[in-house]
Amino acid sequence: MIELRQVTKRYRRKIALNEVNITLTPRKIYGLVGENGSGKSTMLKLIAGLIYPTRGEVLVDGNRVDRRVSSVVSFLSELDEYYSFFNVEQTIAFYHSQFPDFDLEKANEMVKFMKLDRKAKLKELSKGNRGRLKLVLSLSRNAPIILMDEPLSGLDPMVRNSIVKGLISFIDIDKQLVLITTHEIQEIENILDEVIAIKDGKIIGRKVVEQLREQENVGIVDWLTSIYE
Amino acid sequence: MKYTFHSQEPIYVQLAEIIKRKIVRGELEPGVKLPSVRDMAINAGVNPNTVQRTYRELEGTKIVESKRGQGTFVTENEKILHEIREEMKTKEVSRFVRSMREMGYSEMEMKAGLEAYLAKKWGADYD
Repeated sequence: MIELRQVTKRYRRKIALNEVNITLTPRKIYGLVGENGSGKSTMLKLIAGLIYPTRGEVLVDGNRVDRRVSSVVSFLSELDEYYSFFNVEQTIAFYHSQFPDFDLEKANEMVKFMKLDRKAKLKELSKGNRGRLKLVLSLSRNAPIILMDEPLSGLDPMVRNSIVKGLISFIDIDKQLVLITTHEIQEIENILDEVIAIKDGKIIGRKVVEQLREQENVGIVDWLTSIYE
Repeated sequence: MKYTFHSQEPIYVQLAEIIKRKIVRGELEPGVKLPSVRDMAINAGVNPNTVQRTYRELEGTKIVESKRGQGTFVTENEKILHEIREEMKTKEVSRFVRSMREMGYSEMEMKAGLEAYLAKKWGADYD
């Protein structure tokens, strides 16, 4: 379980998150949506223990978050921060050496599913294949919490589609909580349990997606448009 | 088969409808096992939690039964299958009638139109 209590994050003079309160429970896929600079990445980094709140508390399973949270949180960064001289296989081996919960068998299965060349050097991979590899690395960990920062951003529709398929195929929904930030809503709309909208560092709405369709007869895009202005 | 969903209705409802139609037209035969939750989620491109909900709803109508540890199966109960067939028919007919009424057609016109259409269609199929 993830809890943010009255969390504010300030970078020098800019307020990235402003008194955010939110609780996320396991066995669900959450989408965190909002414009660039709205505070999505900041929220993920706070939960991943990569940065600390200026005020308030971030708790994972009741414990205050610090760097050690990485043992239960798998974080897929928005950036490409891998060794470019490694090939796919070596990168996976490196991850395997870093995380005790890394499931090598699952990683190999995913590499096949994503049709990645095991011997290809990272610097030679297309952007799409780097995106696929990132998904492999983050989902191969049997971590109870998976955070993904913009896994679809800048990728073409075919790649986006294969990443969404990979996500459905390889998450363990009975055990894991997945939190995804995105502005590509259409691709991901059918796999989200809940959607959280963020604007200027504030949570401005949260909905169970099926209820949104049932009660208001709209999808995420229409709902967002109605509250986001 | 490609699954497409719209946003006016929950996905679990739309998916249940698709499965019921498959059962009614015999594509999913009595006693057949439905895909696992995960496989169905992958095929349909939806959240596994949604598929679980769909299967639960279908179970509620008794058209499928889940056997512990084995999966979810299409019922072999003829009476239930017949009921679902009738229910789907009534639903579709009522949709047609409502839409025709909205446009101001009388019952006579509906019947005549339907008969004429079927007669023509029937002929065309055997050409």
